[in-house]
Amino acid sequence: MSQFILHKENTRGHANHGWLNAHHSFSFANYYNPERMHFGVLRVLNDDLIDGGMGFGNHPHDNMEIITIPLAGAIAHKDSMGNSAVIKSGEIQVMSAGTGVSHSEYNALADEQLNLLQIWLFPNKKNVTPRYDQQTLNVEAMHNNFQQILSPNADDAGVWIQQDAWFSLGKFDEGFETEYKIKKAGNGVYAFVINGEVTINGQTLSKRDGLGIWDTESINFKANTANAEVLLMDVPMELN
Amino acid sequence: MQTTILYIGRDTEITNVMNRLLNARPEWKGLCVCTDEEAISILKTQEVDIVLLGNGINPACEKALRENISALKPGIKIIQHYGGGSGLLYGEIMTALG
Repeated sequence: MSQFILHKENTRGHANHGWLNAHHSFSFANYYNPERMHFGVLRVLNDDLIDGGMGFGNHPHDNMEIITIPLAGAIAHKDSMGNSAVIKSGEIQVMSAGTGVSHSEYNALADEQLNLLQIWLFPNKKNVTPRYDQQTLNVEAMHNNFQQILSPNADDAGVWIQQDAWFSLGKFDEGFETEYKIKKAGNGVYAFVINGEVTINGQTLSKRDGLGIWDTESINFKANTANAEVLLMDVPMELN
Repeated sequence: MQTTILYIGRDTEITNVMNRLLNARPEWKGLCVCTDEEAISILKTQEVDIVLLGNGINPACEKALRENISALKPGIKIIQHYGGGSGLLYGEIMTALG
């Protein structure tokens, strides 16, 4: 029988540093809640608002798969692998930190706020060679469809990461219904509502709510409002 | 009461970051090293509450390290640190202390 955990948006950790207004679905930085440490290998889901020109100076990472999805605005990235890029709304960036990489992330626009999701997964293999990638998302394919934007396979749609995880993103018309089949036995799905109101397996979710479901093979989805936008993260429930 | 945390990594830059972070809080004392030998030497001479394993330690070294540490300090908490001095650190320490 399926199990679920509901994370209402106002139960997220929150830190407002002025230039950075951050909401954490799971424990991060000074936000510590032993009940909110991870969902399977999904360890971090941060929803950051960053003022124009501001950001995070050079800092290191290792042994995490780091996915960044700008929801509005653009982020300027530079890393120790020599990558230098701007990632805009409508694009996705991944960084396999592996043995270690350092990078900086700044709002690329001086007078516009940047809103991004930053998502960290535990990898299925430690100490890999660090890797960077970014891709433009097929926004049209997301209309009334959970379009795959990330997978474990370099040959599959979207970017790839060092983990048996699949991410899908969709934008839905009011009343649209569908079923999402979990990609691998042992995986669960964490749904994050970027916009609108939806119902998933009988649970009504509003903007920035999160719902984790596991011990099931599929989930039922309905968009209750126009322009409902949802990110599905299909992830192993066991740390490997 | 101050918690003494021994961090063992391989990357000098990350180890330096960890040293800064672990010593930034008055309730923590951080000891950060890049070699297993230094780590064992510290454990033989100082009280340590938590051991954090950082990046770059190969599986064989990690296995030997865990065995040696556990033999020296039975029951000491040894936890994997993810992220290289990232926002996960506080949660990892608090979970270990809990």
